[in-house]
Amino acid sequence: MNILGISVDPAIVKFIILVVQCIVWIVALLTTFAYIQLVERWTIARIQVRIGPNRTGPRGLLQPLADAIKALFKEELVPTNADKLVFVLAPMISVSCALLAFAVIPVAPPINLFGVEIPMQIADVDVGVLYILAIGSVSVYGTVLAGWSSNNKYSLLGSLRAAAQLISYEVTLGLALVGVFMLTSTLSLNGIVDYQKNFGWLIAPQIIGFFLYVIASIAETNRLPFDLPEAETELIAGYYTEYSSIKFAFFFMAEYINIITVCAVTTTLFLGGFLSPLSGIPFLRDIPILAWDGIWWFALKVFVLIFIFMWIRGTFPRLRYDQLMNFTWKAMLPAALLNILITAGIVLYPEILRLLNGQVTLR
Amino acid sequence: MDLGSLTESIVFYLFAAIAVLGALGVVMARSPVRSALSLASVFISLAAMYVLLNAGFLAVAQIMIYAGAVLILFLFVIMVLNPRVDVLGARTGTQTLIAIAFTVALAVLIIATVSSGQIAPATGKFTPEVLADFQHVEIIGALLFSEFLLPFEIASMLLLVAIVGAMTLARREKGAHKNIEG
Repeated sequence: MNILGISVDPAIVKFIILVVQCIVWIVALLTTFAYIQLVERWTIARIQVRIGPNRTGPRGLLQPLADAIKALFKEELVPTNADKLVFVLAPMISVSCALLAFAVIPVAPPINLFGVEIPMQIADVDVGVLYILAIGSVSVYGTVLAGWSSNNKYSLLGSLRAAAQLISYEVTLGLALVGVFMLTSTLSLNGIVDYQKNFGWLIAPQIIGFFLYVIASIAETNRLPFDLPEAETELIAGYYTEYSSIKFAFFFMAEYINIITVCAVTTTLFLGGFLSPLSGIPFLRDIPILAWDGIWWFALKVFVLIFIFMWIRGTFPRLRYDQLMNFTWKAMLPAALLNILITAGIVLYPEILRLLNGQVTLR
Repeated sequence: MDLGSLTESIVFYLFAAIAVLGALGVVMARSPVRSALSLASVFISLAAMYVLLNAGFLAVAQIMIYAGAVLILFLFVIMVLNPRVDVLGARTGTQTLIAIAFTVALAVLIIATVSSGQIAPATGKFTPEVLADFQHVEIIGALLFSEFLLPFEIASMLLLVAIVGAMTLARREKGAHKNIEG
């Protein structure tokens, strides 16, 4: 392979690209986390008729930096009777799982640099969506172990609630996506975006799946109205009551990166990912940049979804525990199954028609 | 050795080491939660092995079902019961002796089988070259709903029976207790 006149081993180029990508992705996610959190504080303040952070730097823009410094210099406490190893491990599991899930999401079409095609996605696995669900199911460990290892009744109650809630909503989360796979007949996120490029965004045929996925993902990220594992009025701070300093910041980080990830997944699966919404409209499709597919569209869609998450947090009251369980098992799960049935009907409709006309016979 | 196979062997030995250490952790840890956690690390390193063997779907299913669902339920039960180390009782000498004897016997068996050279690498229809053209889920789905339909259906019936059985056992008699659920 020739780059700028120098011949290089393609395997080494691939390796270097991968390493650089991993670093860029992590830095980008952490920066976005810091500012998403600031925007959320502004939004919630506005909804609650408060002013919100506005003293640190111009309009409060340096608030995330101040928070980070404060978190670093706070005293780090470990409860005497805590299981120390597990106590330290739990926030690490949470953060690494949150970061890992982003690896399979294509954020932009591949770009060409010095004759090397660089995919804007760390790994294109052909079981991409299942990979995200699997990482999501592992991240439960962080929450559950944090509560258990703290040796505190409130923390334990929080993590028991978290375990039950996350396992229950994971079922709907997975089933809500089945309709998408049935239509696209692929599990690769790249493949799903390709499908949407040809046949339109999947939110139209999968509107039920879209709403189910969004609701279940709010529950998976432990946010209001599903924040029972950390309900302040009942459990102090739930599973992370005993955590302080940088370990507390880790849980915070994991929560917000998870929000970014679920919104990115929703964007990729239902809203066309990095595709431009203008490309099908006459006249508008000739505008440069705006009509091109790219990371700007991806970012815009993700931010709109995150804003909706904030809006929901500022609007809805917390559910009661039995309402939470009844809602997923008795309302969302049947709706997800119904969605699968309807989608199967749509996918097989031509086949059924041919069968009825006697053109084909069952073997 | 080129870069690809070098990375592959690094990844293999890394996860093999984690799997072995995790397996030791499962039997040697005194706290049941730590045992469960070690088991999770074994499951995840096995998933990494499956990825190296071109079985991505199996790897993801392994993590989702074993690490993500089964083991979390174990943890849930352990946390609710929260057994103290002293309640579990100390290890006795006989226990250790029996364990060592069986471990040695198993190790001898494995080493003898492997060194006899009777284990040939089995080659089926789905070589890495064939798999490169298909999606794993496609192949597995097609096989599951044609050739292996009967075992698949029997397994799902079994699971259904288990769910109904669990519900029957867990259900309270009417009037015996006040129903907690609203």
